[in-house]
Amino acid sequence: MHMSDALVSPLVAASAWAASSVVSVLSARALKRDPDDRRVPLMGVLGAFVFAAQMVNFTIPGTGSSGHLGGGLLLAILLGPPAAFLVMVSVLTVQALFFADGGLLALGCNIFNLGFFPSFVAFPLVFLPLAGQRPSRSRLALAAVLASVVGLQLGAFAVVLETRLSGLSSLPFGTFLLLMQPIHLAIGVVEGLVTAAAVIFVRDARPDLVPFGQATSPLAFRPIGRLGGNVLLTAALLAGVVSWFASGKPDGLEWSIDHAQHQGGVRPPESALHSFFSGLQSRTGILSDGTERASESWPAVSPRGSLAGLAGAGLTLGLAILIGFGIRAVRRGASSNPARSLE
Amino acid sequence: MTRGHSLGTSVAHLDEYASAETPIGRIDPRAKLLTTIAFLVAVASFGRYQVLSLVPLALYPIALIALGDVPSGSLLWRLLLVSPFALLIGAFNPLLDHTPLGTFGPVHVTGGWASFASIMLRFVLSVSAALLLVATTGFDAVCAALARLGVPRILVVQLLFMHRYLFVLVEEVSRTSRAFALRSPDRSRPSMRVAGTLLGQILLRTLERAQRVHSAMICRGFDGEVRLRRELRWRAADTAFVACWSAFFLLVRSHDLTRWLGTAISGAIG
Repeated sequence: MHMSDALVSPLVAASAWAASSVVSVLSARALKRDPDDRRVPLMGVLGAFVFAAQMVNFTIPGTGSSGHLGGGLLLAILLGPPAAFLVMVSVLTVQALFFADGGLLALGCNIFNLGFFPSFVAFPLVFLPLAGQRPSRSRLALAAVLASVVGLQLGAFAVVLETRLSGLSSLPFGTFLLLMQPIHLAIGVVEGLVTAAAVIFVRDARPDLVPFGQATSPLAFRPIGRLGGNVLLTAALLAGVVSWFASGKPDGLEWSIDHAQHQGGVRPPESALHSFFSGLQSRTGILSDGTERASESWPAVSPRGSLAGLAGAGLTLGLAILIGFGIRAVRRGASSNPARSLE
Repeated sequence: MTRGHSLGTSVAHLDEYASAETPIGRIDPRAKLLTTIAFLVAVASFGRYQVLSLVPLALYPIALIALGDVPSGSLLWRLLLVSPFALLIGAFNPLLDHTPLGTFGPVHVTGGWASFASIMLRFVLSVSAALLLVATTGFDAVCAALARLGVPRILVVQLLFMHRYLFVLVEEVSRTSRAFALRSPDRSRPSMRVAGTLLGQILLRTLERAQRVHSAMICRGFDGEVRLRRELRWRAADTAFVACWSAFFLLVRSHDLTRWLGTAISGAIG
């Protein structure tokens, strides 16, 4: 469910980056107000855990497909919203940098979709009220399932909205939405059950490590700060989990798109929101995109012009590669003479 | 569980190239970070039907590969491994958008195919730029740049810690997976119920490891404050790096170099 650089427009990316940065700074401040030196290694190791845990693929009953843990809700249960959010930021950043999952431009969107919703919405508003202080196994499972469903539904909706506002995909809003929401409902249930199973396992083995009823636990969720802090910090716990539902089998998102293909679909009327953003984009000059008329940007409508464009593209790419080889050759030749300027 | 293995090994390999003494390696990480952002914004700012005019931007990743001694084969392989989200979403465009755009001989190009090609090209360009940033800079240096550019310390420390323990945890998972495989030779994957227990087991070890790491840090004088010691020096070459590339991106954005070159060449031939 990662948003991709290739699908996002600069305006949407910048807005999401701004929102995610604000939440990150507020979360960092909240943690600073409540220092606990045990948290530094704990957050780091749990971030690595979320990464590694996604290697464990399991069979999803009745579907023949497989899934893996997302991790956002689990982090929120163990760390509380602000710390869970920051761990998700780090997980998503490493995924963007090392695996190009999503990409750097879309990172703001991904942080918001997979970090904010579970941590600051699903955990504080759904999980905590339902689970209470000392939840029984079934109550914990119920709270985890409902919280991950809520987090994932919000995240999936955000993906659809961001894709649509960016205007690069021709997928109709309604069709995309109808395919994304149900599949992420199923993913949410699975995510919630696996999260609950893992938390229950640890609680049975080492009750001291899981926050429930342990006000002194380093992991305990403590509402920090007042006013804005309260809203944000209370909200952050449950989310980042949702999206990594991939393995050998199609990912939830890919699956829903796969099925959309068979439905065809008519382009719905442009929404007022979309036309507002399109207008905004075209007014912002270099940032405008996705809304140009075809004839403006395609090299030429005449066959001859098109061929010239294609030849130019081939030539440009060839030139770029040639420059690359040239740089390499020159550097090999001058390897004894290391002080070369760059440009 | 193959994704996981490639996960662990590819994190290790991508970072390795960065230690090489190359012209790109000597550029300040902040300069590379800023240039990467400028590049990504430039790529994203092109219109949905623009394909050919995006091509000149490929010079940036190609130059980085050449100047940074990055093995291009492993980079291409990594591009192929990437999650196909963009490809799947983009693949709808040819089906849904039939705006006629032009013809290449017998082939009619519709808006859907043009925007699909544009999405693919954006994907390759932006993904390779992000991978090259880490490959030529190294993760520690990227984090140092983030800290100096104002990213909250807690987040930078978190990134460094997580990166450090990634391999440890990946090995932990591999051991658990092997234990499962030895006990359940008839199953390729655990059931959901078993997976919950396996993950719980790994989580338990993770939490205990965090306690040990914390004790070890205390033994070494940790007082709650993680000190990042890495000196960054901004030189004239760094300014030149950012300025020249930004100027190039602006040029590509404002002038259709591809069409210009194509017209020139077909004029020379015809």
